[in-house]
Amino acid sequence: MAATTTTAPVAGPLTRVRHWASGFRHRDTWWAFAFIAPWLFGFIVFTAGPMVASAILSFTDYSIIQTTHDVGLANYRSIYDDPYVLKALRNTLLWTAMYVPSDMILSLFLASLLARIDRLGSIFRTIFYLPVMTPTVAVGITYLLLFNGSYGLVDRALAIVGIHGPAWETDPHWIKPGLVIMLLWSVGSNVVLYLAALKNVPQHLYEAASMDGASAWRRFKDVTLPMISPTLFFTFIILTIYCLQVFDQVYTAFYYNPGVAGGTSGDATLFSVIYLFQQAFVYFHMGYASALAWMLFGIIMLVTVVQIVFSRRFVYYEGEAR
Amino acid sequence: MTSIGEPIRAGGPTPDIPPMQPVVPEPLGRPRRPATYWVTRAIFVAVLLFFSLLFLYPFLWVLSASLKSKADVFDNRLIPKTWHFHNYVHIWHAAPFLRWFLNSAYIDIAAAVSVTFVSSIVAFAFAYFRFPLRNFFFGCVLATMMLPGAVTMIPVYLIWHHFGLATSQFPLWGTNLFGSAFYIFLQRQFFLGIPREYFEAARMDGDNYFTMFWRIALPLAKPALIVTALFEFKAKWTDLMTPLIYLRSDSQFTIPRGLFALLGQWSPQAGGNGDYEWLMAAMVLSTLPMIIIFFFAQRYFIEGISLQGRKG
Repeated sequence: MAATTTTAPVAGPLTRVRHWASGFRHRDTWWAFAFIAPWLFGFIVFTAGPMVASAILSFTDYSIIQTTHDVGLANYRSIYDDPYVLKALRNTLLWTAMYVPSDMILSLFLASLLARIDRLGSIFRTIFYLPVMTPTVAVGITYLLLFNGSYGLVDRALAIVGIHGPAWETDPHWIKPGLVIMLLWSVGSNVVLYLAALKNVPQHLYEAASMDGASAWRRFKDVTLPMISPTLFFTFIILTIYCLQVFDQVYTAFYYNPGVAGGTSGDATLFSVIYLFQQAFVYFHMGYASALAWMLFGIIMLVTVVQIVFSRRFVYYEGEAR
Repeated sequence: MTSIGEPIRAGGPTPDIPPMQPVVPEPLGRPRRPATYWVTRAIFVAVLLFFSLLFLYPFLWVLSASLKSKADVFDNRLIPKTWHFHNYVHIWHAAPFLRWFLNSAYIDIAAAVSVTFVSSIVAFAFAYFRFPLRNFFFGCVLATMMLPGAVTMIPVYLIWHHFGLATSQFPLWGTNLFGSAFYIFLQRQFFLGIPREYFEAARMDGDNYFTMFWRIALPLAKPALIVTALFEFKAKWTDLMTPLIYLRSDSQFTIPRGLFALLGQWSPQAGGNGDYEWLMAAMVLSTLPMIIIFFFAQRYFIEGISLQGRKG
């Protein structure tokens, strides 16, 4: 093998393939394959295979119960005609657009306060993280009780300050804001993430900025924000993907009643994953649900790509350090 | 030259060398803080106290509601008028609550142990060996992380259905026997941080790769393993969708599925009696284990979250 490299300094494609294939002759290679074998098997059976299967199912009327027919593009055409799909999509995007910025701003606000009070900070950090440990179903139930329009705590508290609170759970305009407020209860993990990022900003940058006479706001805008922008960017993407697929809390709060399959919110909380779940496992329209899943996948990809393209220029990576 | 099959030698991935820091002389004694420092600090603490109260209040509300009589649940007092500790006794009789606890414990422990162990083997292979298709396979791991669960949900259900397991508890943790992309990624990051010399020394001692992994790599990776197990345990403890898909009879239910069922059974809108004081007791009992785990393992949760964010 050494001879080939000395006589042919630029390896031709054939040599490279042979060299690559020679890797399989090594014992170490087989050890490596033995080590990754469980994952490889799981990947083929539970990820790659199902992806192909789901694509095929989306062109059928599969339902487990009845015989399956090939329906061509009919499922995708129904998506186009189905008013609920559009409604669910609009609900999901609106909710995501409301939740993601609120979460990021609140976490950043709390994290910057925590960063200033060094030692006490860890106690508050624990408190802010506690709700993250609460089961999501419990969050949904808590929402249901606290935001009740007639006897809930939130409206009672608002009444004390003289505000007549809205009917959070029945007024379609107020359902999403209410959910946003309730789910902001679990901002804790982002607070932790931002706090770690803030602590990594080199102190001398602030000192230099102060010496140049920069105001607190300027220091925040021109030092803090650029320095933590990789973390902000990361959470922006992850939060959005999470929000587009939100299920547990909303399903608990509005779809607990077995007697009302359509939910108790009059479609205001019909989110994409909820609609998909119902189509697949309540009505067993599995072919249609597969098509919906691919549509959702496409939308998530599209949103992520748009986010990456538009926010990349605001992200500052320090040297090659990472 | 190193051939492809061989593991990367020491010094393959260049270690991160921290940039030189200018030496700033420490000022003598404690620096005197101006009065404004203490004022702003006090304001910050006050604001944080306000938010802490806001964050803790739902816990307190639920806790106190769980100790009230049915008529008083919504009276919004923090101290119950009359104490009804009996709610906590009643809940064990009103629903198969003990059964749900045991189900959740069994599923969560099986899920956490299997995913931790298997992911670590795979992560170690990706970090240590160099083998054909490695980058392609690792790309598959990353792609799996980004894939929405909805796409594979139905076919995976059909697989379990085919094997007659679609109404059993096994699908709730069975796939963990094959590792999980997110944890493989997380642990690989960790293994990459361990100097190769440790492993090479073990090889010199005549270990084969598995004993090397078992004796050297696993003990070194303990923090990453704990983070994995904790994250997975928490994820399963709160998961609602999978139990909704697979579990049919209430003797199989997990805690979240059980709470969901109780809400549907007791809520007045669904024709129940509005026994919210019992529901609140159930919620306290199902949240408590998580809170206790968090207090003992807080460090790992915080570390795990920071580990996620590091590779932005």
